[in-house]
This record gives sequence, structure tokens and C-alpha cells, in this order.
Amino acid sequence: MIYLDNAATTKPCEQAIKAAADTARNCFGNVSSLHKLGIESEKLMNSASKTLLNKLSCKGTIYFTSGATESNNLAVRGVADAYKRRGNRIVTTAMEHPSVARVMDALEKQGFEIVRLSPKDAIDNFEQYIADNVTKDTILVSCMAVNNENGFRVDTEKLYRLVKSANNDTVVHIDGVQGFCKVKLMGDLISISAHKIHGLKGIGALYCADKIRFSPLVYGGGQQKNLRPGTEPVELIASFEAAVKAYPTDLSHYGALNRRLRERLGRMEDVYINSPDNSVDNILSFSVLGVRSEIMLHSLEEHDIFVSSGSACSKGKISSVPDSFGLSADRADSTIRVSFSMETTEDDIDRLADEIENGIARFRRTKSKSRAKKGNDI
Amino acid sequence: MRELVMVKYGEIALKGLNKGTFEDILVKNIKRRLRYCGKFQYMRKQSTIYIEPVGECDLGEVIEKLKVIFGIGAIQRCAVFEKDFEQIKSQGVPYLENALKNAKTFKVDAKRSDKSFPMKTPDIQMELGGAILEAYPHLSVDVHEPEVTVMCEIRDKGAYVSAERIIGAGGMPVGSSGKALLLLSGGIDSPVAGYMMAKRGLIVDGIHFVSPPYTSERALMKVETLCEKLTSYCGDVRFYCVPFTEIQEALRDNCPEEYFTIIMRRLMVKIANIIAQRNEYGALVTGESVGQVASQTLKAIQCTDAAAEFPVFRPVIGMDKKEIIEIARKIDTFETSTLPYEDCCTVFTPKHPKTRPVLDEIIKAENLFDFAPLIEKAVEGTTVKLFRTEGNGEQ
Repeated sequence: MIYLDNAATTKPCEQAIKAAADTARNCFGNVSSLHKLGIESEKLMNSASKTLLNKLSCKGTIYFTSGATESNNLAVRGVADAYKRRGNRIVTTAMEHPSVARVMDALEKQGFEIVRLSPKDAIDNFEQYIADNVTKDTILVSCMAVNNENGFRVDTEKLYRLVKSANNDTVVHIDGVQGFCKVKLMGDLISISAHKIHGLKGIGALYCADKIRFSPLVYGGGQQKNLRPGTEPVELIASFEAAVKAYPTDLSHYGALNRRLRERLGRMEDVYINSPDNSVDNILSFSVLGVRSEIMLHSLEEHDIFVSSGSACSKGKISSVPDSFGLSADRADSTIRVSFSMETTEDDIDRLADEIENGIARFRRTKSKSRAKKGNDI
Repeated sequence: MRELVMVKYGEIALKGLNKGTFEDILVKNIKRRLRYCGKFQYMRKQSTIYIEPVGECDLGEVIEKLKVIFGIGAIQRCAVFEKDFEQIKSQGVPYLENALKNAKTFKVDAKRSDKSFPMKTPDIQMELGGAILEAYPHLSVDVHEPEVTVMCEIRDKGAYVSAERIIGAGGMPVGSSGKALLLLSGGIDSPVAGYMMAKRGLIVDGIHFVSPPYTSERALMKVETLCEKLTSYCGDVRFYCVPFTEIQEALRDNCPEEYFTIIMRRLMVKIANIIAQRNEYGALVTGESVGQVASQTLKAIQCTDAAAEFPVFRPVIGMDKKEIIEIARKIDTFETSTLPYEDCCTVFTPKHPKTRPVLDEIIKAENLFDFAPLIEKAVEGTTVKLFRTEGNGEQ
């Protein structure tokens, strides 16, 4: 099996599985319990918090959540509610994951002014473009660090600096799901998820800087400063920590894989790279013109190669991301997203490229004339 | 107090000498549907099936199951008494409390098929009506449009009192009219077509064409879900899944693009012909509706029809999409049908399909390639799955 869909989810690493099992067996106490089992669990959770903060190189608090969808909801909704007296404007982008974008839609209905910026309008200096849209009454900027569908990268340190100099009171939320452990993240609030870095599904976190406020989504027994109540899942939290610790720091391997795939694709006729120049190395999006994504995907699947046609969450639905990058309908329709893990080998890349070539030969037999025409207008 | 469910025939009641055959099938269908609801004693008398639970059982659940069985005209939940009017009055009146406490008007409808019973029908109606009025003084009698009609039937085996008459699914018992093969695409129309033919007493089995990698596993899962949903109306559904990739690729490589859809449909029908022949089906069923898409114009239907060796039933042919959707919602297939997965019908959709194809031209285009060996191969590769009613899994 060649698994090249690591932006959708990753294979849990042994360390994460072991940590979860060990904790479930040996350290199952409720963090809120007064006795020593509770204290053991609390220690475990504190250690995980520290590991995550270290990895982020940030000071502040970690709130454990059920995953990044919850983290994003908590951050955006929570900040809008907590700061609504201060202003009414929220600046975000047109490439956000639905767990941010749909919350924005809901806030818009409540009366917030939502500004959605497209990378295509300022692809070379998107950070500045976002900051330029920050006004006196902008309470929140929410932007993803790495786009899940094409790997486009926003320099969050630069963004943070520019936004704060435009309005020091504006809260910066970063959806760091695809960026965590891969690029430097900076923000007042950062959403992360374990299963994208070889952890287990069902656990994520929201980092919150000191002095930043947000309102809770649910109410309960006071856990996690009452901002995210509910008994803490220590097993999952411990496995999250183990996954973070196990994630490699030298990521130059991704660069090699990326170059190799680009080189192979470059030799194919009518195959175009969709990932912008400043994208991360572990995600590469391209279009095989004349072959619809789903067909190529299933054909690769027949050879035990697993890729994505875009974002796995959208399963059959049309995503707004291609449009926000100015991709034509033909290219959007034939998009393949490949995302690597550290286990991916150059051999895997070669086999993928071979099968794409075979697929092209098999599926592009008709409509060659119209394809040549389409190729030119991009 | 004993309670039972009376099932009254729909159209079967009108049958002549062969009525018994239809009754047998209906009873068999009912027994199969109720097999997980409890133990029952069945009795057939006077165009009615009496279903009496033996031991504990939820009659509400039984009635829900009966409501979707074709061939049933009406369902009545009733209390059983000795043929003694005092007992009918003293126990029957309290039995009716639930049905009557929120009503304003009622009437009593009596039937006396046992003529040895001492009271005449009008007397039963008056006496029982009087007793009800006494017990529930908020009621008044309305013989023309009552909110609740209380039935009191004096039959051979006892007296039955009921206030709950439910209209059944109607139609003919499934299995009384033969077997048909339904071409299931996964869209909205074909399950509705299957449902409608089952209502006329046909055993409906499904046939579906898959073209991996052009179609996904999820599209197949969706059609299987539809089959499962159909079992609540159609009984057990056999599902034939035909591998269609090679035929579609040959079609693409050898035939003119504007004819793709029509020829594809003809090839599907040809495969269905063979499967129908080998498995003793008597008809094909499709969800075609005139004018809905290019392949469903009159000319196009003529072309596909010409490939069929069996009568092709198209029960939704004259219906609007809206009407079809209404039924799809009723039988709970709409949501599944509208899941967004590619099916094989749309894989090589031509940009400008012929809406008025001429049969001769189509046959000429089709003969550009010898499809016969591929058709035989597809039939050989066809897999069969059985979906059982009552959701007890598949085999």
C-alpha cells in the first residue's frame, strides 16, 4: 500500500498507540478526583500541555478538544462572543476549512461583518493584504497557516506582526492543523489536531495566549477553566503528547519527495501544478487535464495507491478553495492532491508517477482536441 | 381481555376462484414480516385474516409492519369478546377510552354475520351507542361525518370491538404477479418504479452496473442501501451487480460520442435480457419518465425498447419529477438517492447527446464493434446478493 493522503489523516505511530493503551491501563483516574489517581492523571495532562507549548514555542494555555473542528469553532465563535462589544468586523480568507468558514457564515447571519480575502488577489504578499484589511473595529483575524488542499503557506509570524501593528487589539486565530510540527506557528489562538501528525483521531487542542479571552461553546463541570468542560480524555491526551514527541524535526525528506514528483509530472503532457510557489513540501496539488479527479483517484486505488481529489472532508461536494486560488473549472475538476509522510519513499513517488502515466493513457483517449484548447487558457 | 389485529383484503376480495392462491401468498408475506415481532395465531375467515398474539407482543409494532405490506386493504386492532352483549358493553366501552377521550363525535357501525346472535344490527348500534354516550358524556353522535367510528362485528368465532381502522398499503400481495428485474441506477426514479411494481404484486429484484474506476465503491454502497430500503415494501430483494467497465471503454473507443448514452442503455438492457432469461424473470422495470433527460425522449425510448426481449414496465413514465420525489420521500429512498456519487450512466456523458436518435443509425453504430463477447463476460462476472426483509442482514 502506498498511502499518499496524509493531509486527510495519518497512520497512528506506535508511540501514540502505546501511550494511549498504557494510560488506559495504568492511569485511568479522573483529573478532577481528589485522590492520587486523579493527581497522576493531572500530571500527565500537564506534561502534555508543556510538550505542546514547547513544540509551538509559545507561552499560554492549552485547551484539549475533540479535534480541530471543535478548536476552530471554539476560537472563532468564542472570540466573536467575548469581544463583540469592541467591534463588529472579522477578517478571514476564502480558503478556510469548513470548520472556520461555516462558523463565519453563521456569524454573518448574526450581524457580524465578515471579510473573506482570496489568495489569488495577492498571492505574493497575502499577509500584508490581510493586515491592510484590518480596521479599528476588527476584533478577529482568522487564517489557516497551511492550506489543506494545495499546501499554500501563510507566514504566520509575519501575519501576526502586521496585524498587530494595524490594530494591536485584534485577536489573531491561526488554523494550524496542517502546519503543526511542520512550520512555525504564531497567533493568539492556534488550532491543532493529533491525527494529522500520526496521533489518534478524536483529540485536538486550542492554544490560547495569555490575556486573550473567549467564551465556551458548552457548559459543564468546570474542567479546563470552564472554557472546555468535560472529563479530560487522558489516554488521548497522552497519545497526542507521544505523537508530538515522535514527530521528526528534520523535514528535508519532504523537499526531496516534492522535487522528485514535480520533476516526473513536469514530463507529462497537460499536467499542471496547482500548489503555489510558497507551499509546504509535504502537500502537492496538480491537475491531470482531461481526466476527472475521481476517475484518476479510483484508478490509482486499483494499484493500492491512495491519494485525494482535494479535501477529504468534502467527499463529493464542491470546495471553494480552487476558486479562491483562481483555478479554472477544468483544472479544479481534474485536481489530485498528494500528501506525504516521513515514511513515503522516492520509490513510492515513482510508482505513483508511473500509474498516473498509465491512467493518462487509459482515460485520455477521447476529447483530445478540446483538451488542447482548454490547456491554453490557463 | 384478548386483543388481536384484523387484516382486511384489498383487491384480493374481488378475485374469483383463484382467490385462495392470493390469500396464501398474502398470509405467507405477513408471517415473514412479523417473524421477529412475536408468536401469532393466524386464522382466515370471511375475507379477513385474524392475527392473534400468543403471549407478550407489541401490537403497535405489528400494525406498523402491516401498513407497508401490499395486498392489505385495511387493518383493525380490536378486542375480542364472547358473543354476549352484556360482556361487549361492560368491557368494550372501557376498551374504547383511548380512542374516544379526545374525540367530539362518533358513531357505531355494527355487522352481524352470525345471524344466530339474538340482536339485530340496528339494535346493536343503538344499544352500544347509548352505553358509550353514558360513559363518555362529552361525545355526541354524528352518523354522517363522525371523528371516530366504533366497529362492532359479530362473527362466527366471537364479537369484535374496535375504534382504530387504518388504511392499508393496497395493491396486490408481492409474489402474486411474477418476478421482474428492476434497473437500479441509484437515482431517485428507479426505486420509486420498483416500489410501484411491487404494489402490483411483482417480486422486484435489482440489477445495477458498476464501472470502477470510473464509479466509486460508495456509489455501489448507495445502491445497496436503496435495495435494503426497498425490502420493507418489496420483501426480499435479490441484487445483481454487473461489471460494466470494459463495455463502457469499448463503447468509448469504438462508437460515435453522441450515441454513447443510447447504446450504453441498449447494452444494459441486453445484459438484463440474459439475466432475466436465466433467472426466469418476466419483465424489466425502469424509472424512465418521458422527456426527463436526453435518453428518455420518445425516440430514445424506442431505441432502448427495441433491445428488450421482455416487456419493459415504466411505472413513472407519466409522472413529474415532483410527484416522483414525493413517493421517494414516502418510501424513504430520497435522501439516499441524492447522495452525490457518480454512477455509470454519467461516466461518458456526451456534450451533445442525440435527443432524436434513429434506430437504424444506432444499430449501425452499435455494430461497429462486436459487444457480444464482452456482454457474455459481464454476465459471467455478475455477482448476486440477497437483501432480506426485516433488515436481518444480507447474504
